[in-house]
Amino acid sequence: MVRQATSTLLFEGSEWNFAMLSRAYEAIEEIAVGEMGLDVYPNQIEIISSEQMLDAYSSIGMPLMYQHWSFGKRFVFENHLYRKGNRGLAYELVINSDPCITYLMEENTMPMQALVIAHASFGHNHFFKNNYLFRQWTDAGAILGYMDFAKKYVAKCEERHGLRAVEEILDSAHALMDQGVFHYRRPPRLSPAKVTERARERLEYEEQTYSDLWRTLPTTDGSTGIEEAEREVLERKKALNLPEENLLYFLEKHSLILEPWQREILRIVRIIAQYFYPQGQTKVMNEGCATFVHYTIINRLFDQGRMSEGAMLELLASHANVVFQPGFSDPRYSGINPYALGFAMMQDIERICTKPTAEDKDWFPDFAGNGDWMGTLIEAWENHRDESFILQYLSPALIRKFRLFNLTDRATDRFCEVASIHDERGYSAVRAALARIYDPGANRPDIEVADVNLLGDRQLRLRHMVKNGQLLEEVNRDATLAHVRRLWGYGVSLEGVDASTGAVLYACPSGEAAA
Amino acid sequence: MPNFIDRRLNPKDRSLGNRQRFLKRVHDELKRSIRDQVKSDKIADVDAAHGVPVPKRGADEPGFRHSIGSGERDHVLPGNETFSPGDRLKKPEAGGGGGGGRSAGRGEGDDDFVFVLSRDEVLDLFFEDLELPDMVKLNLKETVTYKPHRVGFTTAGTPSNINVGRTMRNSFGRRIALRRPRSTEFEDVVAAIAELEDEEQLSQPQRRRLLQLREELEALERRRKRIAYVDPVDVRFNRFERQPVPNACAVMFCLMDVSASMGEREKDLAKRFFVLLHLFLKRRYERIDIVFIRHTDEAREVDEDTFFFSKQSGGTVVSTALEEMQRVIVDRYPPHIWNIYAAQASDGDNASGDSERCAELLRDELMKRCQYYAYVEIIDERESEIFGSTDNGTSLWRAYRTVDGAVPNFQMARIARPADIYPVFHKLFARHKVVQLRR
Repeated sequence: MVRQATSTLLFEGSEWNFAMLSRAYEAIEEIAVGEMGLDVYPNQIEIISSEQMLDAYSSIGMPLMYQHWSFGKRFVFENHLYRKGNRGLAYELVINSDPCITYLMEENTMPMQALVIAHASFGHNHFFKNNYLFRQWTDAGAILGYMDFAKKYVAKCEERHGLRAVEEILDSAHALMDQGVFHYRRPPRLSPAKVTERARERLEYEEQTYSDLWRTLPTTDGSTGIEEAEREVLERKKALNLPEENLLYFLEKHSLILEPWQREILRIVRIIAQYFYPQGQTKVMNEGCATFVHYTIINRLFDQGRMSEGAMLELLASHANVVFQPGFSDPRYSGINPYALGFAMMQDIERICTKPTAEDKDWFPDFAGNGDWMGTLIEAWENHRDESFILQYLSPALIRKFRLFNLTDRATDRFCEVASIHDERGYSAVRAALARIYDPGANRPDIEVADVNLLGDRQLRLRHMVKNGQLLEEVNRDATLAHVRRLWGYGVSLEGVDASTGAVLYACPSGEAAA
Repeated sequence: MPNFIDRRLNPKDRSLGNRQRFLKRVHDELKRSIRDQVKSDKIADVDAAHGVPVPKRGADEPGFRHSIGSGERDHVLPGNETFSPGDRLKKPEAGGGGGGGRSAGRGEGDDDFVFVLSRDEVLDLFFEDLELPDMVKLNLKETVTYKPHRVGFTTAGTPSNINVGRTMRNSFGRRIALRRPRSTEFEDVVAAIAELEDEEQLSQPQRRRLLQLREELEALERRRKRIAYVDPVDVRFNRFERQPVPNACAVMFCLMDVSASMGEREKDLAKRFFVLLHLFLKRRYERIDIVFIRHTDEAREVDEDTFFFSKQSGGTVVSTALEEMQRVIVDRYPPHIWNIYAAQASDGDNASGDSERCAELLRDELMKRCQYYAYVEIIDERESEIFGSTDNGTSLWRAYRTVDGAVPNFQMARIARPADIYPVFHKLFARHKVVQLRR
């Protein structure tokens, strides 16, 4: 009996080798693809050492990255924490690319390698391939090629124009990285041919609808000038596609002082920012999905008798550490753990699908008790980001389990007020508040290019839509504006406008034009 | 089946370029903090890897961020135990909600962080704007040694320099071109002959064949003798050319007064100065000798420990040390081969009448041999206030002033506190002097 059990084990002990990895991979693939129905990019698994992991950390996880001092700073910082023993390294790193690249640390034990393969090569991989944000915004097949190009291009610029010039441009671009993303649409990709085609069509339309009568309408004398000016402004904004939320894109296309290579560098930074845009919005779901997948798979492997009890215990201990969520008053508390929240929500969905309570049926009539938990999860992973996922799937049972409560914090008050807690009246409010916290649109400073007169004073007018009275940190704001001035070359002004009332809250006049 | 790739053997320091760029960025901050450390710590520690705190302000990355101190926001926190809706919690003084969580994104600590510089990086920063006096370069032209360098090949040379690879390649090409029979061909014929000879009865055609084969063997043999395996024309030798190299040897003389008037404090200051000088020279020369000469009323060359730690009492006659130095130079360090540096530390006391003799010795003898001579006078803090930077002072100081005026590569300075050492050192080796060629 015992003998038979050991013979089916995928691995024994903690040492690993490539044969074992490959055996484990196949067993995991069988469960993930065959039983759970995950749909993944082909996998490429790379084994790296801890130094290489530190290297990868500092270049925001990309295997190829151009060189910049800020990455060095991150490296030094991470290295310091690691050497002092303050922080361990991640067990794995996974890149949203096709083929999907997973880095495994050589220090991991064999059971850990299996866990990590299940977590990254199947969990994250499935999410990358299927979630609508990633499908819409990133191009997994092309990213590695593009990074290779970016790295070589920046190196070539450094050779030709000097380290310093390139560093200045990169500094400025990095300062605007968060404002270098299209949040609502993909950038227009019109070919020049299409643009002329459109202009011709419009002209034709105007010719057809021309009526001489309009010319004879009398105009009121006093307002002519104002109307004329307003119309001019409107024309101008239309021509430049204003207002424009993507500052880097605007500067790249319309700045009058940049050289072509400088524009290309802005573009590189912008494209990298855009590539990472979905990851910031799906932290909870992405980690939750991966954690749920690895948890399901290792349990399945154990049930099949392909993993020993010792290995299972090791993995459960590690899993428990990952999904640990201390309470707010705990000294270990540092925000809500996305692994914990995500995993709990996925498990909760499974529970609701299979063993719903009356409350669940009330709250989730469309899938409670439908029995198809995997199908429900796969659909959720595909069609949501953190904000909408929480808003739709966070159940009262889970709010009670986490004992979540909502605190309102006004800067003018000397106290915070508990707005709602985990009770009948509070569920919806807590859920909505939590969802809002994960909404990047609500939390990122909303700054756009409002107007610029390229033929006049060329002053770039930026507008900050202030929501809930949240202003900008002044030191940082002024330093960043200096960077905008460097890229624009002429005056740049910033105006804070209250989003609800339209009142001007503050204004930074355009300083001296940057040299 | 996934694609497994083992990257462990790939080069590790992918971040090296980034790290160097970062170092450059925070260069000034680093330099300041190294100097502060060196001033307070033991100078000897310069010669090691160092943890250096870098203030974050040296490398800020600005961006538009919401300030915590304005507006209205919601926090959702886990682990509610006692609160009900409507409860009010007092805010901590420093603003921000009760653990509202740091904003996500680049959540780095606000403190300075320490990072470790390698020994070379520390020394680079430390000695950055210092330079050996220019005169050294002029002097290098006359002190030339030769070192053989490989430059190509030659057809003549000593057997020890034969380049086997080249030689065999030539021989191989020649053998192919002249169709020297290969050993396999040779063996085939020999084997065929042996086979025929083994037969008991040879038929007529076989006999003819045997004869033919023997002739063939003979022809091959002749050809093989005519065309040598390795011919003298094949042989190539490595060619060496003697190239002049700048003299890379230096000797440093440390001269110190160890008479009773030099206490622990004075010796410690002197030691720090010597260590610094040693480090500095070590960066410029491949090989550096140090000669320690201590003196009271008589001078002796000693080893390092004795020099710094053993005590001796007696009067003070400085000229004995200079004479000893001269003797050592004549004995072991001919100036046309060695770059000679000397540093002398003293409290300035000297037997009456001897100071003038010292100055004379320096002017007429030693300074013609030395690359550089630094005199450091270690004085009391109180004295430093009295003398300041005037020419007044001990008899030795006054006598040396005359040398200072007459000889360009002579420098002198006063040290009263450990903190003075680096500035004085800096002054002595500052990168700007244009000195004349010594004759």
